[in-house]
Amino acid sequence: MNRWIVTTALALALAATMSAAEAKNTLRWSSQGDALTADPHAQNEGPTNSSSLNIHDPLVRRNAKADLEPSLAVSWKVVNPTTWEFKLRPGVKFHDGTPFTADDVVFTIQRAKSATSDFKGYIDSVVEAKKIDELTVHLVTKDPNPILPAQLTQISIMSKAWAEKHKVERPQDFKNKEETFAIRNANGTGPFILKKRDPGIETVMERNPAWWGWKTPQGGGNIDEIVYKPIKSATTRLAALLSGEIDFVLDVQPQDVEKIKQNAKLKVLQTPQIRAIFYGLEVGRSELRSSDVKGKNPFADKRVRQAVAMAIDTQAIKRVVMRGFSSPAGIVTSPGVHGYTAALDKAGAVNLDGAKALMKQAGYAAGFTVKLDCPNDRYNNDEQICQATVGMLGKIGIKVQLDSQSKSLHFPKIQKRDTDFYLLGWGVPTQDSHYVFNYLYHSKGSWNATGYSSAKMDELTLKMAGEIDLKKRDALIAEAWALAKAEAVYVPLHHQVILWGMVKNMDMPITVDDAPNFRWAKMTGAAPAPKKTN
Amino acid sequence: MLAFLVNRLLQAIGVMLVVALVAFVISHYVGDPINNMVGQEATHDDRDRIRKELGLDDPAPIQFGRFVAAALQGNFGISYQMKRPVSRLIVERLPATLELVFVAAVFALVLGVIGGVFTGLKRNAFSSRAIMTISLVGVSLPTFVIGILLIYIFAVSPKSCTEGITLLGALLMDCDDLAAIALPSFGRGDTVKLGSWETGFLTKEGWRHLILPGITLGLFNLTLILRLVRSEMLEVLRTDYIKFARARGLTDRAVHFGHALKNTLVPVITVAGIQIGTLIAFSTITETVFQWPGMGFLFIQAVQFADVPIMTAYLVMAALIFVAINFTVDVLYAAIDPRLRIERVAAGR
Amino acid sequence: MEAEVPRAARAPGRWARLRRSDIFYSFRRSPMTIVAAIVTLVCVLGAVLAPVLAPHTPFEPASLEIDDAYKPPAWTKADDAKGKKGGDWRFILGTDNQGRDMLSTIMYGGRISILVGFAAVSLAMFLGILLGLSAGYLGGWYESAVMRVADVQLTIPAILLALLIDGVARAILPDQEKQNFAFVVLVVAIGLANWPQYARVVRSAVLVEKSKDYVAAARVIGVPAWSIMLRHILPNVLGPVLVIATIGLALAIITEATLSFLGVGLPPTSPSLGTLIRVGNDFLFSGEWWITLFPALALVILSLAVNLLGDWLRDALNPKLR
Repeated sequence: MNRWIVTTALALALAATMSAAEAKNTLRWSSQGDALTADPHAQNEGPTNSSSLNIHDPLVRRNAKADLEPSLAVSWKVVNPTTWEFKLRPGVKFHDGTPFTADDVVFTIQRAKSATSDFKGYIDSVVEAKKIDELTVHLVTKDPNPILPAQLTQISIMSKAWAEKHKVERPQDFKNKEETFAIRNANGTGPFILKKRDPGIETVMERNPAWWGWKTPQGGGNIDEIVYKPIKSATTRLAALLSGEIDFVLDVQPQDVEKIKQNAKLKVLQTPQIRAIFYGLEVGRSELRSSDVKGKNPFADKRVRQAVAMAIDTQAIKRVVMRGFSSPAGIVTSPGVHGYTAALDKAGAVNLDGAKALMKQAGYAAGFTVKLDCPNDRYNNDEQICQATVGMLGKIGIKVQLDSQSKSLHFPKIQKRDTDFYLLGWGVPTQDSHYVFNYLYHSKGSWNATGYSSAKMDELTLKMAGEIDLKKRDALIAEAWALAKAEAVYVPLHHQVILWGMVKNMDMPITVDDAPNFRWAKMTGAAPAPKKTN
Repeated sequence: MLAFLVNRLLQAIGVMLVVALVAFVISHYVGDPINNMVGQEATHDDRDRIRKELGLDDPAPIQFGRFVAAALQGNFGISYQMKRPVSRLIVERLPATLELVFVAAVFALVLGVIGGVFTGLKRNAFSSRAIMTISLVGVSLPTFVIGILLIYIFAVSPKSCTEGITLLGALLMDCDDLAAIALPSFGRGDTVKLGSWETGFLTKEGWRHLILPGITLGLFNLTLILRLVRSEMLEVLRTDYIKFARARGLTDRAVHFGHALKNTLVPVITVAGIQIGTLIAFSTITETVFQWPGMGFLFIQAVQFADVPIMTAYLVMAALIFVAINFTVDVLYAAIDPRLRIERVAAGR
Repeated sequence: MEAEVPRAARAPGRWARLRRSDIFYSFRRSPMTIVAAIVTLVCVLGAVLAPVLAPHTPFEPASLEIDDAYKPPAWTKADDAKGKKGGDWRFILGTDNQGRDMLSTIMYGGRISILVGFAAVSLAMFLGILLGLSAGYLGGWYESAVMRVADVQLTIPAILLALLIDGVARAILPDQEKQNFAFVVLVVAIGLANWPQYARVVRSAVLVEKSKDYVAAARVIGVPAWSIMLRHILPNVLGPVLVIATIGLALAIITEATLSFLGVGLPPTSPSLGTLIRVGNDFLFSGEWWITLFPALALVILSLAVNLLGDWLRDALNPKLR
């Protein structure tokens, strides 16, 4: 009897020491673009937001199926047409130990609306944030806003006390010669704590054991440490994944998928993304800047625009350029966005003869020249898509001169309306069509560089923002899409497919917004001896 | 000697002023600094206000003076892209570049001298000619091609054990052993912070990460030094005093290493010193291929993104380093070379 | 009547002189140099005559079929089990990601690389000779100034200068013109970065020649300065200049390739070999090795051949090694 007790005790002790000696789960990953800052309200950009949202929590989040779920707000409802009430989660603490209260929410909304914040666009309908009690907040909007919760998913909640202590009540201002504390430091309520941030070189996050969500559906992951190192060159990034120096790559090139699949230790996850890739054509000006046609604007003629759409073979692009990883589109927004229908999205087939006939009808049988602006480091194979387009348009007489540049030079061109013909991709974080119309179709839309201006479209866009009756609202949206399709201002290409490459023993659901949610990530199987972090 | 030094120093300052002028012109007249700093929603009034605050309407000489004063204090403005003070960025990245350049320089110097002496002494041996041919290939291969090649052969292939080139390796050793000796393909590995200098010299991983980039960067210089040492060696071996030494009956060893080598090395040292400037320049490419977080990588990104503050700061920094190196080399050369000493004394009389 | 000088005793013509010269002898003796010269000649001819010789026109967008893309070299057999396409004898070296024939693209790309190289070296040589000749001959403060500038510029490596000039030009040029000027900007950047070496060499040679008798004689007769410089001094100075130029050509080609690889050289719509290597780099691991390998090979062979020539020239013209 004694022997059994001793043996069992020894076995248990052994097991205890073994699990204590078990290596911690470190996730090393890479992508092309680092977060621009740790300040959650300074730059509204994909990688920056997904990094902030691992350290902070928003009020409302999306789950793996892209439905809204409670985060720091446990419930929300409309109390009067212009006021939303949010009930907050109790017992939550920031990483520095201070408690989370309604004051922090009010402070965050004000910060996100301040002059130097890049997040004003999400909440410009909100005029005031009111604290009702320690765990209740009212957000007051100018007009009724039925989709306010969906607009809050990208807004990280910051600690008021921490911000005041480190003098970062406002997001960084360019005039500051000193970098603000918030660029490299963060204090959120989220699943991971920012341990080290070396911009462009390395970012390290550690598990926050006190996070409220680990045992809820929002959590479930077992990662102890995240080490992120950006790698600009796609080949070097792939080499690092193949050689085992990193565990996860966010932006795998379509042509490298085969190579990863051939590796016994790796796998590829894919999902259609809510991001449509399309061309914008200048229709507003009387003459194109870069064309040899003087006195008139070929793109202003709808037949020319339709000819362009007919000449571009999106199936061939999918087959050859994207290696099958895209889905040809008929409108400039993707499945999963409220207001999208498959009927609208039917992509036209390539029709060179029809295109040539239209060109002839419009009086451009001899063709014309035009310059195409393209980014070369933002969307999957963006430069190659543009190059293929040059070839295709050449067949109907349009001689395209391609100018492909980094996104930081390309996007300002669009925002300054300094382009005749450009490639753009548009994601929809709010998953509602209004976001698309507001930015791309409204005559004053800040990303509408086509010069398209229609009073009817403007009216529809404005109305759908404030219409509470969901049936009426859907009708408005449908009408707007019909108008958009009839006008054919943009030439849709395809919806992107996200490709993630990772080690087989890692488990993390892929999401349609291309943001890695490490709170779900699990490393399964025997944790190997801590590999040398590179 | 003093006059010489002062002369050289004045020249160095002159160079720096010229470089500062060029940097100033670039930073103020290239692109629109305002546009790059404000968000797209800024109105015209906002922009005018910012213009005034930053003093962009003042006359050029005043702006230049301000620029130089700021530069002397190490203030080059804020990077458009990263929104951080440029000087901080450069100071953070400098150790990485300097360590890489140091490793590449030592690699090139040591192997170059050994190879050069060998091929110089045994001019017609087959191995000599083989080395010379290979060295020519080294000069003809662009740095980025070498980098990609090395990554493919030494970092990726050993891990997959089925690539053609590693089937050979697989014949020699076990697949897992082969994977274990594969070299890292990016980054610096584990680094240790000594004050504000982050060094990779103190850890095994740091050294492993220096191997491939170091070779890539140093290969071009290696071939240069090898050919230089060889031709110097050949020249020296034909001189009279060497013939006399041999006639006297000195052993080959004494002749080659005691006399010839010493005279060969003087021009080599000066060339090698100046080559450090080239190494720093070419580190831009090597750092890009290996994602090495140094100054060169920062500069390339700045050129691609038209991030003018970083470009100008890098220009001034690089010019400073080159001028300092050249100055040091000039002084050393003057100190070592007895001919110069005598000339100066004679001229000074 | 004077006796006819027997044929054998007449002074040899130019061609005969060349055939019997030291240089040609050493050329004939070195098989590697002959091979290098032939290769260089082939490359240059292939590049110059590309519009005539190339089997396809890769830069006519209308002639491309996107479905021709990613074809492997013609001798590759298709492997249906692995889903690999076979080669097509229309495209001997395969096609790239846009359906362009690799052989034609390399010929056109090499053409641009060689053109840039030649133009840049010519610019550097022209500037260097002009400034070096005048500085050496005229002397005084002009010589000091020019040499100072040359020294200053020599402290900064050419590639950095080229990068900087290129970067600044891109930022200055109005958007619509950028494409057209990429070639010019590259030539100016590389040329401007490299003139000091020529100037230095020419100036020292001029200093040596200046003190010689024939120059004094010419001056006494009243030959104008520029005539002396061009017709008397310059030919004696060309030897070392030629050596620098040959090696400079290889360097210029590699510099251009590097700039294009870094993305600040020639755009993909009129690519040089460097741009092709950059584009092909994305396909290194996806199995389409020919998109990178062939342009890289072409680049290496070209610069190797030119380097060998320059090497031989330097050894041949070096009096100390005769």
